[in-house]
Amino acid sequence: MYRLSGVTKEYSHGTVLALRGVDLEVPDGGWLAVRGPTGHGKSTLLQLMGGLDRPTSGTVELDGRDLGRLSDTAVTRVRADLIGFVFQAFNLIPTLTAVENVETALAPLGIRGAQRRRRAAEALAAVGLADRVHHLPSELSGGQQQRVAIARAMVKQPAVLLADEPTGNLDEDTRDDIIALLEGVWREQHLTMVVVTHDSVVAARAQRTGLMREGQLTLAARTSQDVQAVLPWTDAAGQTGN
Amino acid sequence: MFWTYLRRELRRRVRQAVFIALGLALGIGLVITVTSAATGVQNAQAAVLHSLYGVGTDLTVTQPPKQGAGSGLTFGFKQQIKQVRSGQIAAGTKINDNDLENTQYGSLTGGQLAAVSRQQHVTAATGALALTDITVTGTVPALTAGSNGSGSFSSSFTSSTFTVDGVNVARSSPGPLSSAAVTAGRNFGQADASADVALADSGYATAEKLKTGSTVEVGSTSFKIVGIVSVPQGSSPPNLYIPLAKAQQLGTTGAAKLTGQVNTIYVTADSASNIPAVQQELTRLLPSATVTDASDLASQVTGSVGSAASLADNLGKWLSVAVLVAAFGLAILLTMAAVARRVREFGTLKAIGWRSRRIVGQVMGESLVIGIIGGVAGVALGYGGAALIDKFAPKLSAIVGAPSAPAAFTGVTGKLAQQVSSAATHTVYVTLTAPVTLSAVLLAVVLAVAGGLLAGMFGGWRAARLRPAAALAKVE
Repeated sequence: MYRLSGVTKEYSHGTVLALRGVDLEVPDGGWLAVRGPTGHGKSTLLQLMGGLDRPTSGTVELDGRDLGRLSDTAVTRVRADLIGFVFQAFNLIPTLTAVENVETALAPLGIRGAQRRRRAAEALAAVGLADRVHHLPSELSGGQQQRVAIARAMVKQPAVLLADEPTGNLDEDTRDDIIALLEGVWREQHLTMVVVTHDSVVAARAQRTGLMREGQLTLAARTSQDVQAVLPWTDAAGQTGN
Repeated sequence: MFWTYLRRELRRRVRQAVFIALGLALGIGLVITVTSAATGVQNAQAAVLHSLYGVGTDLTVTQPPKQGAGSGLTFGFKQQIKQVRSGQIAAGTKINDNDLENTQYGSLTGGQLAAVSRQQHVTAATGALALTDITVTGTVPALTAGSNGSGSFSSSFTSSTFTVDGVNVARSSPGPLSSAAVTAGRNFGQADASADVALADSGYATAEKLKTGSTVEVGSTSFKIVGIVSVPQGSSPPNLYIPLAKAQQLGTTGAAKLTGQVNTIYVTADSASNIPAVQQELTRLLPSATVTDASDLASQVTGSVGSAASLADNLGKWLSVAVLVAAFGLAILLTMAAVARRVREFGTLKAIGWRSRRIVGQVMGESLVIGIIGGVAGVALGYGGAALIDKFAPKLSAIVGAPSAPAAFTGVTGKLAQQVSSAATHTVYVTLTAPVTLSAVLLAVVLAVAGGLLAGMFGGWRAARLRPAAALAKVE
């Protein structure tokens, strides 16, 4: 479970205030979509939730661990064990094949050789790329690359999936495929998922949406009806959504 | 994962990898070539010193010639010139003057030799006489009025010279014969002490068609060749060796006889570490003498061997350093540039849980492999460079201990004196080789690894400093 309390983030010695006192709770298995204009703090929020950066003040807790206070080594371990990332630009290693890219997520866990290769191939098969395991990213379409990125994020069976504009670089049809894929893994693996997006179609699939504007997060009252059944959502005030 | 990633990166960025490796290879190849050339020059110097010095000799003691002495003309010929000028010898008279002269060094007495051998840490001391046999032949020309005697006078005579060492027949080492091997006939024995027998250097014997049993005129005395000796390649031995006693009997310094005298003392110390102490003792004992050890002798080596040594030591060394620094700098800059291009890649890896240490290791591994490839190519280049030196390097000359021409070498006597002087000079020709030693190859490997690690360290340092948030920041 994520619990953010009074989180602020300043850049450039305080001249830029990216987050202004964000409070948020995301229950285990919850799916939050964060919308908002560019430059209003969505990605900063995701970075702090992913332990990629530390808040200027406030706390970001994941399962009771304050990510802002953990050592670099410990927070790296949390990222390796618990958090999967999906990026807008896919961020695949251009020199590695699809299966090798997926393997990079298992390398920090100390999983070796054949087992690593087998799990990576299975993860690719799960996203529909069984026949593309030995292709380089440059030999794959945008949608296929994002599927590889999702396989890389999911292969270690994380507790959390953080996605930053996962459909931002895709056409509509491919976007729908990716949304369906994300929703599928969320359902099957009981993931906690936070997706930053501009796309209202993507946001509409989430359990709950939040609007980030000028560094402040406002959770919307509405939640997606068809995903509501998966898990009741409780916000920071203890109110059930819907 | 490490090797897979490393292999893929090198294959993907093959042009950059080749560029960096070639830069390192060039630097390392140059280092090997220069090191090999320097080794070759050292070997050449060692060959020169070995031949000039002799096995088992640690120090030599010589006395500088007295001012005006040893002008290179035989005393007899000088007298004859006087007689020609005074009219005692008429024009048309045939002159054939043959003398054995001490032209190179001053004399040392038997007492001084004994004193040297008594010094602490001296295990052996042997005296020898390095002499020059000078023969002047010709017919006295008619002197015209007002003639200063030069010109047609000197052109009326021809001279021939060869070098003769008077050696201790009872002890070959230390001494001029210590590194010699008998190739025909026999060596000197105790019974030869006062005999008219000689050993001929193999090179001189070939040139003069001398064999055992042949006779040669030395100081107007016939000597029978009893043996042909060969000294190590690259040396400049005397043409003939005769017993010391005979050399003392026949040799002169100007008008003075050399009875009981030597002009070179060969000394062996009891250990290499005591050579400086012995040198100091002998310098104190004989203040006017020159006490020379191998390093002194090396510093006296002039000619192209000396020039090549200087070139290898100075220009070659600094050129190697400059190219290496440039190659290392290039490798570092290109590696750091490569890391800068891979910010998102490394940021992504950090985001998915790779520790900085693993990423730094990856960067250093890539650089190290490039360095090793550069090292292997550098060794190949170095061997190529050394082979080129072996094939195209000219013969080097070494001139050791050349006495300065005395001021008396002027006018009518100058031409002949120069011939005598050159006969006394030790000029040795050696072929320069560039042997690639194991230490040079090891040096190359160390440099390659160092270059790779250095580039990797800088690149890794930059990668380690990347914030993982950079991966996401690139997107926003």
